[in-house]
Amino acid sequence: MIEEKVARAPASDVAPTLLALRGVGKVFSNGVTALSDVDLTIREGDFISLLGPSGCGKSTALRLIAGLSTPTSGVLDWRGGGSLDRANIGFVFQEPTLLPWASVFDNVWLPLRLKGISRAKAAPAITQMLARVHLTGFEDAVPRELSGGMKMRVSIARAMVTKPRVLLMDEPFAALDEITRFKLNNDLLELWQDERFTVVFVTHSVFESVFLSNRVVVMAARPGRVFDELAIEAAYPRDEAFRTSPDYAALCRQASDVLVNAINSTAGPHHDGH
Amino acid sequence: MTVIDGTLKLDPEEARRVRQERLERVGRWVLPLAIMILAIWLWDRICVWNEIPQYILPRPGVVLQTLYNDAGLLFSSLLVTLRITFLSLALAVIGGVGLSVLFAQSKWVEMSFFPFAIVLQVTPIVAIFPLINIYVNNQTTKLLLCAWIVAFFPILSNTTLGLNSVDRNLRDLFKLNGATRWQQLRYLRLPAAMPYFLGGLKIAGGLSLIGAVVAEFVAGATGQSSGLASRIIEAGYRLNAPRLFAALFLISLTGILIFLVLSLISHLILRRWHESALKQER
Repeated sequence: MIEEKVARAPASDVAPTLLALRGVGKVFSNGVTALSDVDLTIREGDFISLLGPSGCGKSTALRLIAGLSTPTSGVLDWRGGGSLDRANIGFVFQEPTLLPWASVFDNVWLPLRLKGISRAKAAPAITQMLARVHLTGFEDAVPRELSGGMKMRVSIARAMVTKPRVLLMDEPFAALDEITRFKLNNDLLELWQDERFTVVFVTHSVFESVFLSNRVVVMAARPGRVFDELAIEAAYPRDEAFRTSPDYAALCRQASDVLVNAINSTAGPHHDGH
Repeated sequence: MTVIDGTLKLDPEEARRVRQERLERVGRWVLPLAIMILAIWLWDRICVWNEIPQYILPRPGVVLQTLYNDAGLLFSSLLVTLRITFLSLALAVIGGVGLSVLFAQSKWVEMSFFPFAIVLQVTPIVAIFPLINIYVNNQTTKLLLCAWIVAFFPILSNTTLGLNSVDRNLRDLFKLNGATRWQQLRYLRLPAAMPYFLGGLKIAGGLSLIGAVVAEFVAGATGQSSGLASRIIEAGYRLNAPRLFAALFLISLTGILIFLVLSLISHLILRRWHESALKQER
């Protein structure tokens, strides 16, 4: 491919640790154990997917990392620069979660506005970010005038406009059609390779997790826990050719087997594996 | 659809739908108007056929004539009523929004004070008025207070509902970005409450007119005032039915205008983003 662009190797074990979850558990007030004894090390530059069936606590884990919720046991140990403040975290929800009354431009401005940065001062960063997600020309549109995929792009631009070190994504593309999802997968990977931030990506799609990540963490339900971890040792950049390669198919089969084991490991005879 | 010679050729079903739509659009205006004219004509005929005297039921033409003859008197009264109406509506907006913002600050405040708002709302204003009459001396203040009590509740209750109906994820987003309480109110909760507030405003607009007229009616029995309500009382005493009808007509017209203006404002504010203001695409 392109010679001058060095293919990025998967973040190796030598990359500094960004966040270590140690024995993290979460029990809700109604007595449900959402997460139990989770150990997970997230390294700088990782693209980690949390893959698992419904109820395995993957979204709960993401909310804990974001600081939107506190663990009932265990610790989250932010390394490499002390405790990470919220400004260093970008969050993308399952729904686009945009302000319906505000334009695309103003929606992306929001995180900066909340930091007291004026519209004029923020404009270059916003314009640049909108260009990165291919939304140039849609600055003045309001969310209802956009398609589902475009709304998600706005949501990603808003999360990235503060240049966060960690991007947390909670099944962001689950509601989109396959063609749009593939396109957004490619664009997200491109963005990640250029900006070198860390991603924690929650999904229930084996194919998506293998395509995107260098590490797939498979989770099991009841109680929510880490079941196994897979290293996806395929070189970046990954493109459409990778999507149809035998390597990709083999990796997907491997991940799929682990996921099936994780689902079967769930206690109790009845479960609706989806 | 294919374009031939620059004209749009529609298939029969589509053409029928377009015709139907055009008919509906015309009908929306023509039908009520026709019924209205028919009713007025019937009213006129009933007066003539039954030889009903003017002081019982005047003919529509006489009412119109009175409206013209007594214009000076009636319009100066209308202005008095309008002043009370708009002042009380403005105070209802300030009071309603202010209180709901206060309520939104804490569940405890809302729990403690909301029942009082309900008590104020459910107690008939006519029953409270004698008390107000004892405690308040100024005539305008009396009327304003009455109209305000009637009008502020829909704004308070709707805005409170709106401020509390913010999307959970958006709330989390603001939290993640370290938004202050004030920022959350200013950039999230108030805009989210806007459609609810405007719904309340439309109801309050009509209620403030009703409140102003009712207050004047009750006050009219005890003191002197010069609004449309006192014109109606006065005309009633003198069996001046035409003037009574003319005053009634002005009040209705005012109510309709207030509703239309508030609907227009609401539409202009919401048209770009809120479902209620969007045209259905088929």
